[in-house]
Amino acid sequence: MSLNYKNHSEKLDLIKKGEISLADNVRYFLKKIEDNKHLNCYNFVFEDAAEKADLIEEKIKNGTVGKLAGMVVAVKDVLAIEGKALTCSSKILGNFESLYTSTSVQKLINEDAIIIGKTNCDEFAMGSSNENSAFGPVLNPHDNKRVPGGSSGGSAAAVAAGLCDVSLGTDTGGSIRQPAAFCGVFGLKPTYGRVSRYGLTAFASSFDSVGPFANDVEDIAKVMNIISGKDENDSTSADIPVPDFLSGINENKKFRIGIAKEFFGEGLDAEIKKVIELKIEELKSAGHKIVEIEFPHNEYTIATYYVLTTAEASSNLARYDGARYGYRSKESGSLINMYNNSRSEAFGDEVKRRIMLGTYVLSAGYYDAYYRKAQKVRRIIKNDFDKAFEKVDIILTPTTPDCAFKLGEKTNDPLSMYLEDIYTTSANLAGIPGISIPVGKNSEGLPIGMQLLANQFEEEKLLQLSKQI
Amino acid sequence: MPVIKKDVEHIAKLARLKITEEEAENYTGQLNQILEYVEKLNELDTENVEPLSHPVENVNVFRDDKLKPSINTEDALKNAPHKDDQHFKVPKVINQD
Repeated sequence: MSLNYKNHSEKLDLIKKGEISLADNVRYFLKKIEDNKHLNCYNFVFEDAAEKADLIEEKIKNGTVGKLAGMVVAVKDVLAIEGKALTCSSKILGNFESLYTSTSVQKLINEDAIIIGKTNCDEFAMGSSNENSAFGPVLNPHDNKRVPGGSSGGSAAAVAAGLCDVSLGTDTGGSIRQPAAFCGVFGLKPTYGRVSRYGLTAFASSFDSVGPFANDVEDIAKVMNIISGKDENDSTSADIPVPDFLSGINENKKFRIGIAKEFFGEGLDAEIKKVIELKIEELKSAGHKIVEIEFPHNEYTIATYYVLTTAEASSNLARYDGARYGYRSKESGSLINMYNNSRSEAFGDEVKRRIMLGTYVLSAGYYDAYYRKAQKVRRIIKNDFDKAFEKVDIILTPTTPDCAFKLGEKTNDPLSMYLEDIYTTSANLAGIPGISIPVGKNSEGLPIGMQLLANQFEEEKLLQLSKQI
Repeated sequence: MPVIKKDVEHIAKLARLKITEEEAENYTGQLNQILEYVEKLNELDTENVEPLSHPVENVNVFRDDKLKPSINTEDALKNAPHKDDQHFKVPKVINQD
């Protein structure tokens, strides 16, 4: 059996016509996950998913079914599901079991989506390669010697390898868009606050966003229709009306598309540049208006991002102390030893490095020089976007400067790993939405991603233009 | 160099991380590399710029001060590494030798 549908709407039709059985479909995914164990996409697989399929198939036949009935979804292992393990791919949460379900996942379940498992990721979502995981690295389905990107590497690779229909990831500086580009799938980072963060393990609270991966942009729109909106359990979720992303997606609107030279300069791979420039020409021929814009401070985004996110992370991760949950060191003779040893033994290298950097930039004497300075630059970058969006609807950039790199290639050089996010972190600094679209492959057969950015709460434009590409 | 090994040891202490000599050396090198890169921000004049702490600048969000159900003791203790029926157990804090 192979998948003979291109998106959820087609799948649901086939189920209704009796041409495919949902239970068989779920068993197919379970077997395929087992057959592709070497990719290491999943931290946990829910074998009981097939039983749920029977119930939902019954509901489909009775016509009393949720909007996502039949959709098989994988969830990044940083989102809580009641009664299931939640590890954030960290040893420090090795035995943790969630007491409640995150809002985004609960909304999917309420619409009869089937959750098939939890996907591997960089520890606490910190990384750009999925190599920082207590479960080991995820392999890129297009070339097993290469990384899938990160931090939502498992979610992206699972969709690319056909190990689920759709997945959820999180994006703090590019963690949905970069792996989407490396794996050749669609990945949307919504506006900050568009999707509730309740039940998402905090990394950098003023940056974190939850969003979907899919092979078809309509499925992205469908999932966004469900997971978006105000949540009383997350006071930062936005009380702004959610449009029907799906019904608007086929409107053949013409957009003003901004191109900034800062996204096409030194460091961008020549093949990626060529493919994206070709796409720009196509869009122009299709009647969209291409507008040259300026984004003068892009070179400051990575520095700003790392100061602010490590600061937020160092305080968010202070809760892992070995006292109430998670890993406790056997060497816990005194309280201070319990803290020091539990944290040192159970956090991975990259997490420790970021906690150290964050602690430093927040420490007495350095707060103004680093943290406050970076907050000010954050406003400058936000202002650049505000200015740009006065002239254009959408900004078009490459998603990444390179295609998927080799496993181990950047592990000893944190700064060069951080620079992988050169085109993506700005969206998180400004809280705007961004999508990565698969637009081709390089000469080695590795996927190339193109990024579209829009102003806050204008995801609809991103989906409408994506549909036309 | 923004930081020396002694600073790194101090930061580790603040962050409640125990690091080995070798790790201290490594972190010193890596943090310096990152902090030197961050120095870039000083090229920008931010004298009259207000810091931005949150991308969507919401006003306060209020809710009614009503009691709602919360997790019970049993559930709260479910993930505890060390506990008795009612409490988390931690190493002795007072009257230590």
